[in-house]
Amino acid sequence: MELPFFYLFSVGIIGASILMVTRANVIHAALLLVLTFFFLSGVYVLAGAEFLAVVQILLYAGGIMVLYLFSIMLMSVDVAVRLRQFHRQTIFAMATAVLLALEIWMVLSRGTSYPAFKSFGWGIGATPGNVEALGSVLYTQFLFPFEVASVLLLAAMIGAIVLAKRTIDR
Amino acid sequence: MIAEIIAATLKIVLVLGVVSLVVAYLTYLERKIIGHIQMRLGPMRVGWHGLLQPIADGLKLFLKEDIIPSRADKIVFVIAPIMVLVPAFVVYSVLPFGPNFYITQVNVGLFLVLAVSSLGVFGIVMAGWASNSKYSLLGALRGAAQMLSYEIFLGFALIGPLMLAGSLNLQNIVQAQSDVWFVFYQPLAFIVFFIAALAETNRVPFDLPEAETELVAGFHTEYSGMKFAFFFLAEYANIMAVSTVGIAVFFGGWKGIPGIPLPGLVWYLLKLGAIIFVFIWIRATLPRYRYDQLMRIGWKFMFPLVIANIFLTGLVKLLFL
Repeated sequence: MELPFFYLFSVGIIGASILMVTRANVIHAALLLVLTFFFLSGVYVLAGAEFLAVVQILLYAGGIMVLYLFSIMLMSVDVAVRLRQFHRQTIFAMATAVLLALEIWMVLSRGTSYPAFKSFGWGIGATPGNVEALGSVLYTQFLFPFEVASVLLLAAMIGAIVLAKRTIDR
Repeated sequence: MIAEIIAATLKIVLVLGVVSLVVAYLTYLERKIIGHIQMRLGPMRVGWHGLLQPIADGLKLFLKEDIIPSRADKIVFVIAPIMVLVPAFVVYSVLPFGPNFYITQVNVGLFLVLAVSSLGVFGIVMAGWASNSKYSLLGALRGAAQMLSYEIFLGFALIGPLMLAGSLNLQNIVQAQSDVWFVFYQPLAFIVFFIAALAETNRVPFDLPEAETELVAGFHTEYSGMKFAFFFLAEYANIMAVSTVGIAVFFGGWKGIPGIPLPGLVWYLLKLGAIIFVFIWIRATLPRYRYDQLMRIGWKFMFPLVIANIFLTGLVKLLFL
């Protein structure tokens, strides 16, 4: 039952991503990126990570992408479409792509025996909805990284406000 | 397996049908109530006391010419109304209408409602941008900023009751209110939730994205016919959905007052009617906020309030429960 859905979502992710990078119109590209996030959250649901799936939609699609669109909307897309679409960086881009593919292959070929994956003990889909499990792990075992991340975000937020305020006052 | 799928499909069709019909009649109710508040009669011509008015309106919108502006981005222009309507209806998949009457229960139910309803803003932004008109673009910009900020207060206001219920599953939240409704434990959270709900559904006094006196009709200025009807339906579907969430989280969902034996669905509908009446009442009573006032009360008043509410709830729970 899950396999056809997995293929559906995967084809969706790949198709929408390819369409996204080939669009000349930035707004279309941004909307296709939202579509990609949707399919991705579908894959998360299939993996039993309901919480992650919802966060994916709530934060990436509902939050960050709206901000993206918000700023893109204010530029003149007609002019942007007529600008040069390719920047003659083919060789550099290809090298990066090959490197990235190698890295992904290295990680995936070793499967769960890869050292970085070992500490994450709880199996995929162990409990159908894992909000409670996630919460207790996050606030006990991973409390320190969690707090570090929060402080980092707080610092970024204050920094953004300071930068924005300085230009207003001037 | 197949029987399950058929049963689920039937439930979805039933809920969708009922919701669409109720939403159509909400427009009638709104015109009627506002009419009486302003010492008018409201719609009277079609049917007894205008009861068939929504159907006549629907037919009219259905038969109207569908205009797409020549300078519009056609694909986005067509998708936008769908992007508004679909999230508005998808939300109903996890809402509890009665003890045994719901489409499905998800462990992250309430969270899913927030996530899906936050997607409606895409339709508004897409509509505003694709129309290629300054009124639409201004309306969409306001809509995006307003919904993005008030979504935060809406979500944060729900955290207090969630801490008391200890679950994100909407049925469990309703069950947790067997003794006392959470509105008595969390009055602050409810006030913030209600204000944020008004802003999220673009209702007066926060209807800035479609402020008709300054922006013609805001983000849906260029829309006509069925596409316009989609925006209209989505607005009322959103009102009903957000009211249902409020009822489930603050007013004990389908649970009634002990001693009065009525089915859960009836209790739910009574509460829904009361909350929607307040929505309409506010529309007939209050003037529109200015944009900077909207942002100020949001970030400088409501935001600290919800944070304080979460902190206090946590403190009380730690010390006394």
